[in-house]
Amino acid sequence: MWDFIVERREQIAYNTFQHFNLVVQAVLVATLIAVVLAVLVVGAPRLQGVANAISAIGLTIPSFALVGLLLPVFSIGAFTAFLAVAFYAVLPVLRNAVVGLQQVDPTLVESARGMGMSRLAVLWRIRLPLAWPVILAGVRISMQMSMGVAAIAAYVRGPGLGDYIFRGLASIGGANAVNYALVGTLGVVVVALIADALLLLLGRVTVPRGIRA
Amino acid sequence: MSTEHAMEPTSEEPPAEEAQSQVSGAEIVLEDVVKQYPGQASPAVESLSLTIPAGEIVMFVGPSGCGKTTSLKMINRLIEPTSGTIRIDGEDARGQSENALRRKIGYVIQGGSLFPHLTVAKNIAIVPKLLGWDTRRVQERIDELLDLVGLEPAKYRDRYPRELSGGQQQRVGVARGLAADPPVLLMDEPFGAVDPITRQRLQDELLSIQRELRKTIVCVTHDIDEAIKLGDRILILKEGARIAQYDSPEAVLGAPADEFVEDFVGSGSSLKQLSLVRVSEVELHRPVTATVGEKVGDVRRRAEAAGERSVVVLDSRGRPVSWPWLRQLKGDSVVEPADELITIDQRATLNDALDTMLSSSHGGAVVTGDRDQYLGVVVFDAVTDHIRSLEEQADE
Repeated sequence: MWDFIVERREQIAYNTFQHFNLVVQAVLVATLIAVVLAVLVVGAPRLQGVANAISAIGLTIPSFALVGLLLPVFSIGAFTAFLAVAFYAVLPVLRNAVVGLQQVDPTLVESARGMGMSRLAVLWRIRLPLAWPVILAGVRISMQMSMGVAAIAAYVRGPGLGDYIFRGLASIGGANAVNYALVGTLGVVVVALIADALLLLLGRVTVPRGIRA
Repeated sequence: MSTEHAMEPTSEEPPAEEAQSQVSGAEIVLEDVVKQYPGQASPAVESLSLTIPAGEIVMFVGPSGCGKTTSLKMINRLIEPTSGTIRIDGEDARGQSENALRRKIGYVIQGGSLFPHLTVAKNIAIVPKLLGWDTRRVQERIDELLDLVGLEPAKYRDRYPRELSGGQQQRVGVARGLAADPPVLLMDEPFGAVDPITRQRLQDELLSIQRELRKTIVCVTHDIDEAIKLGDRILILKEGARIAQYDSPEAVLGAPADEFVEDFVGSGSSLKQLSLVRVSEVELHRPVTATVGEKVGDVRRRAEAAGERSVVVLDSRGRPVSWPWLRQLKGDSVVEPADELITIDQRATLNDALDTMLSSSHGGAVVTGDRDQYLGVVVFDAVTDHIRSLEEQADE
């Protein structure tokens, strides 16, 4: 096992980084999309049921199936993998952002409006900062989930560690099969832990002391 | 909004020239203001016409659902009137953008409603920053306001709301409302969320601040005692915001317009007269004072020479901090005690004074003036003497 890793260390390091990179980019884009959607949804109460239903149903679609569905449209490659990861990443953030924005005390919003802040200023300076801890919790869930989804997305020749897992599965019984599967799996776990630690750190820096739990 | 504007006689109300400080408030005129919510049979506000003179405190009271809060929120257009006009300092409230209007009107609601993710300083800085003040001016203003509401700037500036008590949060709320020096301050049940003793102190402080600033303050409350205490005028509303009576507290108590007002003001209104007399009208006793850091021996000698058994201790800025018996003075020099002394403002009512006296071992209460400066002590005998003289006057 050790020899296996040492022989391929550059390749493994590269794939690990690619895996991290794919997930972080997908989660970042997903967070932006989810927050924008959440703001729209919270502003229109009729959409709330729809949003909840979509995020609940969305999460039940097996990621393998989604990758299969995307394949004919976007062909093989990193972009298809990115889309699949981002699709799942949106859902937990959306759910938390809706809850977070709904939890903002309406009297605070009225107070801000009463002081002469525009709607946009109230959103940017009052509502989003107050919802941020809840949104961030959603981002953490999303990030963890996306690590696994990204491994599946390697099926369409996406970048990352998933490739090792598939190679291991494909060559079951052969030499290095277990090594491939193990390196892929453990690599995903390590990357996930590192990403989560970074998000914790981000929370430390961006959540004001006044609302820290 | 300048002071000159506010001084211009815009209606039959003469400006208060004889006032000790300049009026910085603006007159508010409501004309046939109606609020009809769609789908509701009767309007929430059924044609309200009203003049709120510059520099006065007007209290809106009435049973819940009478439209008092709706009426208040129409002044800063948080609720848009269905018809009618509202003029502030002669200008139509609808003639400008709602945000521009609101930046000129302080807004204080129950509990202070501070933004929990911002420090005290940043909460106060919101409107000045919206108005584009430069950083230095904003910083100076924050310190000035914290001082005005009795919070030490260095200690409280960088705290978060959750690190403050309810009363302190409410004080910051008032400071935030006053931040950009608006001519008008709207308050919606401002002291509803605090305990009775804190409420009384906050009311006293508001009166003391108003004595200095002379804003136009419109305040909604459901508490008739609060209305009597704070209001220069009281507006008593019935359902649909119909005016039952709009008059001075004395007139509301002494000559209620109808049965509705009588019921609302309630029984025991002769006892409520105690809410009309201010502590400043009663003769104050002036016991020996000591300053923090003074030698205990000197203080003791001075008090004994004057025949006193207790002294009032002041801090270096002349604010009373404790009222110990002589035997409680220990050590070399007079120290500042850990617990806060409960004082009353000179604008407090005799009702409040009696409340405070009952909980004091001295049978009296320490009275303060502007910015908590020490004035003297009010004692039971002075209060009873004063009531007796009032009764004699009434009998004559």
